[in-house]
Amino acid sequence: MSFLLPVVVLTGLFLALAGGLIVAERVLINYGICQIDINAGGRALEVDGGQTLLSALYGEEIFIPSACGGRGACSYCKVTVLSGGGPVLPTETPYLTRKEVRSGARLACQVKVREDIELRIPEELLNVKLFSATVERTISVTHDIKEVRLALLEPEEISHQPGQYAQVRAPSPDGPVFRAYSISSPVYEPRVVELIVRLVPGGIGSTYLHNVQEGDTVTFTGPFGEFRLNEDPQVEIVCVGGGCGMAPMRNIIYSLYERWPERACWLFFGCRTTQDIFYLDEYEQLAREHPNFRVIYALSDPLEPGEQWDGETGFIHLSVDKHLEAGVKRQAFLCGPPPMIEAVTRVLEEKGLRPDDIFYDKF
Amino acid sequence: MSGTHALIIVIAAIFTNNILLSNFLGMCSFLACSRQLETAVGLGVAVTFVMTCTTVLNYLIYHYVLVPQGIDHLTFIVFIAVIAAFVQFVEMFVERFSPKLYYALGIFLPLITVNCAILGAALFMVIRNYTFLQTAGFGVGAGLGWALAIILMAGLRKKMGYSNIPRPFQGVAITMIVTGVMALAFMGFAGMVSIQ
Repeated sequence: MSFLLPVVVLTGLFLALAGGLIVAERVLINYGICQIDINAGGRALEVDGGQTLLSALYGEEIFIPSACGGRGACSYCKVTVLSGGGPVLPTETPYLTRKEVRSGARLACQVKVREDIELRIPEELLNVKLFSATVERTISVTHDIKEVRLALLEPEEISHQPGQYAQVRAPSPDGPVFRAYSISSPVYEPRVVELIVRLVPGGIGSTYLHNVQEGDTVTFTGPFGEFRLNEDPQVEIVCVGGGCGMAPMRNIIYSLYERWPERACWLFFGCRTTQDIFYLDEYEQLAREHPNFRVIYALSDPLEPGEQWDGETGFIHLSVDKHLEAGVKRQAFLCGPPPMIEAVTRVLEEKGLRPDDIFYDKF
Repeated sequence: MSGTHALIIVIAAIFTNNILLSNFLGMCSFLACSRQLETAVGLGVAVTFVMTCTTVLNYLIYHYVLVPQGIDHLTFIVFIAVIAAFVQFVEMFVERFSPKLYYALGIFLPLITVNCAILGAALFMVIRNYTFLQTAGFGVGAGLGWALAIILMAGLRKKMGYSNIPRPFQGVAITMIVTGVMALAFMGFAGMVSIQ
């Protein structure tokens, strides 16, 4: 029975430690009810103190965007805190400019509610809703990318702008987390939301969305995102995507040609190998219907023996540089890994785009 | 061993047997948090406090639970759990009663959990067969010694900010070299008092 004693003693010790911590938490972390004032009297909330501002607002159905699940890694949950909330924490400083710090910007996931707080939140965030939807179909478009089509249940319609994203609720061992996915279905289909999801090994959101079955219910909040399509039909649209950064482009392109059939638009899409190519046939079909739409895919890895490819090769910013002539009025939307965004931004600025006209989603 | 006065151990742990400079424990937070003097002071104070309390706490658990039950082979895991739980408790306590200190220490409090100098101090206490008072003295001394080393390094790094360091040596490289030189300098204290 000699093995039993260490187990008992160890369990006892750890239980004592955990019990002590639980008691301490009950006694120490008790801040009572705190008042949150939003937009100078626009809305007043009473929430339990001790939680983060993000979860407090979430509990009151105010959905601040957050892609990282409150770990302080995405900086999407920026809000303006006018009073209360304490000083800016070291976990926030990397994401805030000096100007933002002066004006009171904070990451809602890092601010703890310990006292009454005055907040300022963009009005449109107060309009973000919680949607429930059923999975209508899922299609594997490449070996690791799935297209998930959701039919909305409640509310029945979503009004979004091209390039905006939704936050899907995924279960995890530590409770539900939210992960951001761009809406790839066009804005003229308000009753469905399509997402394009690449399986990230160990990723909570992508694993969940890759495993949902037809008929399952999915919950998400949205729409979020600041991208606004330029309404002037003379302005060319340039979309540059890489990896699975296809979703916002798809929405932008189809919504665009529904409204302006003659408008000029470029799609540059970077893949590693021929296996990563998807949607190319559909875009080539669209290009036949709309001659001002140009679609260019580029492969960055060398071809396998026996493969056929007559398109571009090399990294995608090289193709952008090769095909775009300078001095045309353009608006650009980029979506892909950070090195790609940086390289493409440099090329586009050389071509005369103003930084204000370049939008991007880094992931 | 048993004869050494606790106060002597305090002095020895600070100067002759500095846990960072003679045992090279707690290097990661030492290198990462010695860029600014204020954070170095904050972390130094926090480490001193946690080290004193956890070494004493671990002494009690070791001598009154683990040894009597004959399960001292579980020392490591128990010590680590005690340190982690204690840091959590301190964090809650400071957060509640001194938000100012809490904000000043910020993320350094949880970082202390993984500071190996603290586990090291508790293990030295076991190896060297300290009495209760000696343990307390060693905890205080080792903490103060660690704090002294990181504060000195923060001061030096501030000076180094103005010097023309060759590119390959910039950042962590020069810090490691300076730490080595500092350790050599601390060896000069060797004859002063002895921990053994």
